Amino acid sequence: MSDFRDVRIEELSHLLSERSRTGETMLLNMGPQHPSTHGVLRLLLELDGEIVVNCVPDIGFLHTGVEKNMEAKTYQKAEVMVDRLDYLNPLGNNLVYCLAVEKLLELDVPPRAQVLRVILAELTRINSHLVWVGTSGLDLAAMSTFLYAMREREKILDIFEMCSGQRMMTTYIRPGGLWRDVPVEFEAAVRDFVRIMPKRIDEYESLLTKNFLFLERCKNIGVISAEECIQWGITGPVIRGAGIAYDLRKARPYSGYEHYEFDIPTYQGGDIYARYMVRMEEMRQSLRIIQQAMDTLPIGPVRSNNRKYVPPPRSEIGISMESLIHHFKLWTEGFTPPVGSVYAAIESPRGELGVFLESDGSPKPYRVHYRTPSFANLQIMPLLTRGHFVADVVGIIGSIDIVLGDADR
Amino acid sequence: MGIEQKTGNLGVVTARLEDVVNWARTNSMWPMLFGLACCAIEMMAAQASNYDLSRFGMELNRASPRQSDLMIVAGRVSRKMAPVVRQLYDQMPDPKWVIAMGDCASCGGVFNNYAILQGVDEILPVDVYVAGCPPRPEGLIHGIVTLHEKVRQETLKDWK
Amino acid sequence: MDEKLQPVVQSLQARFTLSVSEFRSEVNLQVDKQDLPRVAVALRDEFGFNMLVDITAVDYWPADAPRFHLVIHLLSLQTNRVLCLRVPVDAADPVCPTLDKIYPNATWYEREVWDMFGIRFEGSSDLRRIVLPADWEGHPLRKDYPLGYEEVQFTFNFDEISQRKTAPKK
Repeated sequence: MSDFRDVRIEELSHLLSERSRTGETMLLNMGPQHPSTHGVLRLLLELDGEIVVNCVPDIGFLHTGVEKNMEAKTYQKAEVMVDRLDYLNPLGNNLVYCLAVEKLLELDVPPRAQVLRVILAELTRINSHLVWVGTSGLDLAAMSTFLYAMREREKILDIFEMCSGQRMMTTYIRPGGLWRDVPVEFEAAVRDFVRIMPKRIDEYESLLTKNFLFLERCKNIGVISAEECIQWGITGPVIRGAGIAYDLRKARPYSGYEHYEFDIPTYQGGDIYARYMVRMEEMRQSLRIIQQAMDTLPIGPVRSNNRKYVPPPRSEIGISMESLIHHFKLWTEGFTPPVGSVYAAIESPRGELGVFLESDGSPKPYRVHYRTPSFANLQIMPLLTRGHFVADVVGIIGSIDIVLGDADR
Repeated sequence: MGIEQKTGNLGVVTARLEDVVNWARTNSMWPMLFGLACCAIEMMAAQASNYDLSRFGMELNRASPRQSDLMIVAGRVSRKMAPVVRQLYDQMPDPKWVIAMGDCASCGGVFNNYAILQGVDEILPVDVYVAGCPPRPEGLIHGIVTLHEKVRQETLKDWK
Repeated sequence: MDEKLQPVVQSLQARFTLSVSEFRSEVNLQVDKQDLPRVAVALRDEFGFNMLVDITAVDYWPADAPRFHLVIHLLSLQTNRVLCLRVPVDAADPVCPTLDKIYPNATWYEREVWDMFGIRFEGSSDLRRIVLPADWEGHPLRKDYPLGYEEVQFTFNFDEISQRKTAPKK
């Protein structure tokens, strides 16, 4: 185990300015344990008084070795590890993994499962944005927003628990569809949520949007231009806050998103305030999508019938010999996919979340790689913090909305 | 009866020293803000208004280890983070307690590989383990109440 | 092949030696590592693939030449098309030219590939370990690196493991 205090300055000298060596600027460690770094992120700030001259992010404090561990498990068992990457978007991680596996296997997904996946993905998006608004507000000293946002989040977690038994790490979306059908109380709970949520979003906006203190702390802080976003490969609310309407749900639609009518919110300015406005509007658009999806929910099975890849329901095992054999083979050995590699991506609340999956024909994935938006978006930290005060760094980290489980994997 | 009858009118109450000190420690145990991963989100949900931790005197998360009594290790501890955790534990003044929240902090959880410590008890002495992935807020509250019961049974000899 | 990618692939095939393969309607181009910077510049400037989505690698141990395939995904925002480049890298010479002069965000992806696979990028402005501690030895995602799991204690081996396992720290 290394002693993290031994940051050898010579190693970082190419990233810091000349003045750090003469002692004119100070190096401050904003360490892994910090109330406002949204997880275990370490920033090395080079300060000239209170102004940040350079910022060197140091990640890896939550490195879990998921990609290596998934190579040792079969495709179905590996999905369990996947929820815990971006832990604020667990169903999104499941969904992108299942989209990659289904693309590889050319597995069909029944229409009811597609619509339910959309509903769950949008509920997860609202859940993630609620945590974001709560914690970012908390960083910028708006404590009551946190308590209000958590109150709404409990309703979403109740819906997840109703479907799958688990509040957060549900592993509910499986290759071929969903694990099982939603219970009868699902529709009433979701419709109730969609009915009360717009007024609650208005409540959060009334606390923050025209608040003079919030505006002072957010306007023209952490500005990034549209060209820089493209150069640095930034996706998600950051690029939409810089004015470019790029959303994977419209650009490369998946799981039936092309059937729903919704807008992509953008805002000009590229600062913290723009990203805040984009996320608040995204929550409203998500409610719109959920409403349309609930109205068009078809009746039918929720998982594919292809017994070579999808285990049969338990009720069938007692009456059919083939089902028993399929069940046995799938749970002991796993299925054998064709050889090849695929890339599938979804729009997570943070940006483009992609899975690169390569198979060599064996029941265990040969290589799974998660292209995570937090890892990509964290690269612009030096760019955004240059020239701002130390107090602004906190707001900037919050506005990029990083989740360290996503960044470190 | 006895002394209380005579001194009660003067506003004096007698009790055992251990009871009073343990009562004071449990009712105002300040946790250190140490959320690492997914369990941290459930810890935040436990502190929010639905499952209130404020009733235990814990709504205030001290960011500085020097001012806190309780370290709730919420989340998986990776090998890069382990020296940091140990240093923070060493910086906490006595008396201090540790709750290992969740499966990853108790035993390594789902992740049995090169990068994750198989249980934070490899580097810290843990008082209460809370199982779950992540444990429900009620589970965390059960863990905290168990810790309170453990603290209430401490005697003069256990105090540091 | 997709009609928007067809002209791109044909034009590149005329200028560089690359092999094209298609799988599940995705286009994979296998490029030699010396050609990689020029192919990337051509894709960025002439064909509008202005966003680098990902750089990762796959290890084919015990195969030696090539041992690794560097996998690069490029995105064109105007046409919404993703192109995948694969660069074979040998075990004897795990070096590859860097892309961070062309796409600035390549730095961190290359650092991760260096950290996890040990493929060095020449000309890189910043090549250090990123997700593992700075003094870690080895490159975990290589196939000859062990998973490092701890043997699980069941009832049949409980006593045996208890004897060699260190007790929890007190």
